[in-house]
Formats: sequence, structure tokens, C-alpha cells
Amino acid sequence: MPQPVLDARSIHKSYGRGESRFDALRGVSLEAHAGESLAIVGKSGSGKSTLMHILALLDAPDSGALRIRGTDAGELRRSEVQRLRNEEFGFVFQQFFLTPDATVLENVMLPLVIAGLGRRERVERAMAALRSLELDDKAGNRATDLSGGQKQRAVIARALVNEPSVIFADEPTGNLDSATGLIVEDILFGLVRERGITLVVVTHDDDLAARCDRRVHLRDGLVVAADARTDALEAVLA
Amino acid sequence: MRAGDVIGSAIRNTFRSKLRTTLTVIAIVIGAFTLTVTSAIGAGVSRYIDDQLGMVGAPNALVVTAAADDGSAGDGPREYDPERSLAGGVNGSPIDIAGMTQADFDAIAGVAGVERVQPISMLAVDYIEAAGSDRFEIAVDPASEAMRFDLAAGSHVADGAERELLLPLPYVEALGFADAADAVGEQVVLGATDAVGTQHEVTAVVSGVAQESLLEPGAESNQALTDALVDVSLTGRTGAAAPAYYAAVAYAAPDVSDEQLQAIKDELVRVGFQGQTVGDQIGMFRAVIDGIVNVLNAFAIIALIAAGFGIVNTLLMSVKERTREIGLMKAMGMGSGRVFGLFTSEAVVIGLLGSAIGAGLAILAGTLVSGALADTLFADLPGLQIMRFELVPVATVMLVVMGIAFLAGTLPARSAARQHPIDALRYE
Repeated sequence: MPQPVLDARSIHKSYGRGESRFDALRGVSLEAHAGESLAIVGKSGSGKSTLMHILALLDAPDSGALRIRGTDAGELRRSEVQRLRNEEFGFVFQQFFLTPDATVLENVMLPLVIAGLGRRERVERAMAALRSLELDDKAGNRATDLSGGQKQRAVIARALVNEPSVIFADEPTGNLDSATGLIVEDILFGLVRERGITLVVVTHDDDLAARCDRRVHLRDGLVVAADARTDALEAVLA
Repeated sequence: MRAGDVIGSAIRNTFRSKLRTTLTVIAIVIGAFTLTVTSAIGAGVSRYIDDQLGMVGAPNALVVTAAADDGSAGDGPREYDPERSLAGGVNGSPIDIAGMTQADFDAIAGVAGVERVQPISMLAVDYIEAAGSDRFEIAVDPASEAMRFDLAAGSHVADGAERELLLPLPYVEALGFADAADAVGEQVVLGATDAVGTQHEVTAVVSGVAQESLLEPGAESNQALTDALVDVSLTGRTGAAAPAYYAAVAYAAPDVSDEQLQAIKDELVRVGFQGQTVGDQIGMFRAVIDGIVNVLNAFAIIALIAAGFGIVNTLLMSVKERTREIGLMKAMGMGSGRVFGLFTSEAVVIGLLGSAIGAGLAILAGTLVSGALADTLFADLPGLQIMRFELVPVATVMLVVMGIAFLAGTLPARSAARQHPIDALRYE
């Protein structure tokens, strides 16, 4: 069996102290393998966003271990964590987080600019990412001029541009109407499967969760149900 | 993120909120403008004074006069001393200034380091005239090496049998000469009155014409002319009258050091005289002007500090507005150092913009004003360009402004760099 891309063991995380102490995660374990899509499902307050932040190295757990391709994330230096987030992870957020007065191309290029790539290469790669989302004709437009679906496609292009191994999507279709949401979902799942990217989706949308290979249900900071791996996925991984 | 990208992004972000940037920049422009102008005035005046010092030679020559305060304490009126006073004045005129006697010259010559002493006599000249011109009043001093005025034409008076006179520029036109060069070599007549009231005429040849300057040059006579004028004033005088001297020039060794010169001055004070080089005399102008320029600079710096708080305010607003963007960039692996660099660069860009515009306006306005003043208010002081813009001071001003902007930017930049990506992304 291959090494999991993400391997979390009994993650604890709490906020506040004393009376106002809130235990967001109370010992969550999960793993995600290369090429699979994993839905983290739960109501608001179940700790699913906190879990995603910890998996994406945006936050550190109070206790527990997180291994990324076998490397203990707790032992990484800050610069290594930053490099890992920049090169291995892609992010898709519900609220898009596009810089409004920058062009679509500039928005999509941002991870590559942060990585310090040369101008020519980053434009080439950003245009390639936009082409795969059929947004290359909008490259010069301002991000604010796009429709909701186009915005989320631009966000997906931005998540893909650094050729990550994991994409974290937090309610990726939460801000879209259902028809547009379906289209964006199709694109996201298609590209992820095509490129063998691990997809971690945080959602309370059951339909979206159902499209993932596997689901982890959280309630009050604990995993209450986790699907076994499907036979089909086993076949892919084998 | 590459340094070039940080700067490029800082420039773009600066122009995102144009109105806000403009207002902040205006505040800096005012400060930078003022600082550039004041430093230019300082440079202009310093240069003029240096030029003046350069034209007057003999740094080893001290003009020695009786000490203003003859060793007595306090600033009250000085007691009458018949020994010190030029009793009855010269030529019967009721002037009363401290005179010098041979005993004084001996005392000055006795000061260690003084090689020789040249007495400066009072030359009473009633008028000057050239062929066919009106008569004009004129003050004539014996030429000394202590003062070497800049020449408009001709040469300094030479020691020889011929009586020579160095003429100040304003007399050229008055005496009917076409220009300074025209006056050189011409004969002028000086009228002087003797002790019994008879007027005598002494002729002299104009050796050169002195340029106008800060030191207001008078006419200078060579030794032959001096002697002739002294002879006239002594004519008819009864008793053991001697020519009146009001000062002396003490010469130290030509290669005298500043320390040795100071020692001579101290010694002169001790024996009851005061000695000043021309540099000392001009240095007093400089001290006053430096003081004024420094006060103006201080005001400009205060204006810039106020403008610095404008930068803090602008960038704090910008950080607040861009909280999500900062969070996103940090989530995507941008380090805190780069975020800090991004915002401080923005501050520096604002500083650069403000200082460049301010300095540019100052150079433009200053050059125009300076040119206009040179022809009007300062027409009597040729060579005085009141504002002088030089590369190094202007660049220094710009660097100072950018430095202040950078310091102002560190505060908002620190708050941006410290933001946690999750908090920033949650921010509504």
C-alpha cells in the first residue's frame, strides 16, 4: 500500500481558555491518498474548517501528528512549511479571494509570483492553467468583471497553476447557484482526476460530498463516520 | 517572491487608491520642497562666502585693532582714555576712534609668531574726480595683503614710484568711464585737505577696478599714493604730529597653522588687541546664515515627520482593506518578511514620489526665483546665486525623506506581517 499524502493521527485543537474554552477537534485521525477525493462533512461548528486548516498547515494542532508524504509537519521549519504550501497545495475558497482590481492573469499568477518564478514562465503557466478552464480569453479582464462561475473557475486555475499535489476546497460551490455549481464541480473533479491530484473538500452539501471518493463525517470535533475505500478506488491505487 | 516583484507590486498598490495616495504625497511634497529649498539656500550662500574667501588672500594676515573692551568687565560705557583717543581727530574733523601708536605696533610685533606689522593709516580724502567728471566722496585705504578683492578689470596696486589706485566698481560709471576696462590706466585726481584747511590735489593712476562683494571694497592706494596723501594731511601741522593709525596688519609666517594663528590671536587679546583674519570676518556671516538655514531645516523636518504620520495612516487603512489579500498571500506561502517588505516598499514608493515631486518643484521654483533675485534684490552682490541645487544635497534630501517614509511604513507593515492567514481569511 502506498504512503498516504496526508496522514493525520489523533489531532486535538482547542481555542480559548477556562470557561470559554472550545474544543474544535478532539482526536481526529484520517488519511488521504494520492489521486483520491475526500469530503470532510459536518455541520457548522463540527470542526471541519479547523481540520482543513490543520491539514493545509495553516494552523498547528495542539497535539497529534500530521505527516505529509511521510514527513512530520511538526518538525518542519517555517520556511519549509511556506514552501510546502506554495508548491504542494492549492486553495479554493468559497469567497473566491480574488484581488478585485488586478487582472485575471495576475490573480492566477499569484502563487508563481510568490514562488519567485520569472515573468515569462509564470505567464506561460498561468495562461496554460486558464486555458484548461477555458478562461484564457478573460486573462486581461479585471477579476471584478467576471461572473460568479467564471470567478470560481479563475480560483481553480489559481489553485492548479503551481501543479500541486493536494487541493483544499472550502465550500467551493457555496457561493454559486446550483447549475453553475454543478459545472464548476465537473471541472474540478475532472481536472483533479486527470492530473492525479488529491482533493480535500470541506462542505455541508451532501450532493457534492457524494461525488467524492470518500467522506469523513465530523460532529463536535470527532469523526462519527468514515466511508471505507471503494473498490473502484482500490483498483486505481493498486 | 522576487525583490523586483515586491517593488512592482508596491508601485501598483500605491496607485490603487489614487486619492489617498495623492493626499499623502502632497504632505510629503511640502516637506521635501521646503527641505530642498533650505538646503539650496545654505549651499548657495556657503558657495558665495567660499568664493569671497577665495578672492581675499593671505590667510596669515590679521587685521589688528585695539580691543573693543579694554580688559574691563561688563558692557557699560567705556571710560575716557586720552591715550587711546585720536584727540581732535584728523584734519580737525570731530571723529573719535581708537587710534594706534608706535608703542602699540611694537607690542603687536612682540607677539610670538608675528613676523611683521604694517600700520594702516587714516587717509582723509575729500573727493575723487576724473577728467571732466563731477567730484565724488571716496574712502581710500592703504592696500594690504590681508584683503585681496576680486577684480573686474586691471590689476592690484603695485609698489612703485608711480601713485596707483584700485577703484571700486561703482565709481567707474560715476567718473564717466565707459566700463571697468576703460578706467584702467586712466588718471584720477584726489582732493585732500591739510592741517590748516588748504585743499591739495594728488593725482593717481587707476591700476584696476575692484568687483563688488560682500566685503564692500573701498578704494585702495599703493605706498606711493599713501605717502603722498599722508604728506598732505601733515602739511601745516604744528608740533610733533604723527600720522594717525587706526589699525595694523600683523603677518604671521605664510604656512601658519590654525592652532598657531589662534595662539597669536589669544596673545593679541592678552596684550589688549583683537586680531581677525578675513576668514574670521566672513565666518561671522556664515555662522548667522548657517543658523538661519538650520532653523528652516528643522521646520522642514517637522513638516516631514507630520507627513510621516500621514503615511502611517494611509498604510494602516491599506492593510485593513487588504487583510484578505494578505491572508491569501500568506496561505500561499508568502513569508512574513516579504509581506513586511511589500508594505515598507509601498511607504518608500510614496516617499520617493513625494520627494521627487517636491525636489523637482523646488528646483524649478528655486531656479526661477534665484535668477530673478540675482538681477534685482542681489544685483549689488554679483556672483550670489541665493539657491544652488546640487546633486548630492538634493539626493540626500530625497534619501532622508524616503528614510522617514520607510520608518513610517514599518508600523503598518509590522501589523500586516503579523497577521495570521486564517484570521485574515475569515475577516469580513
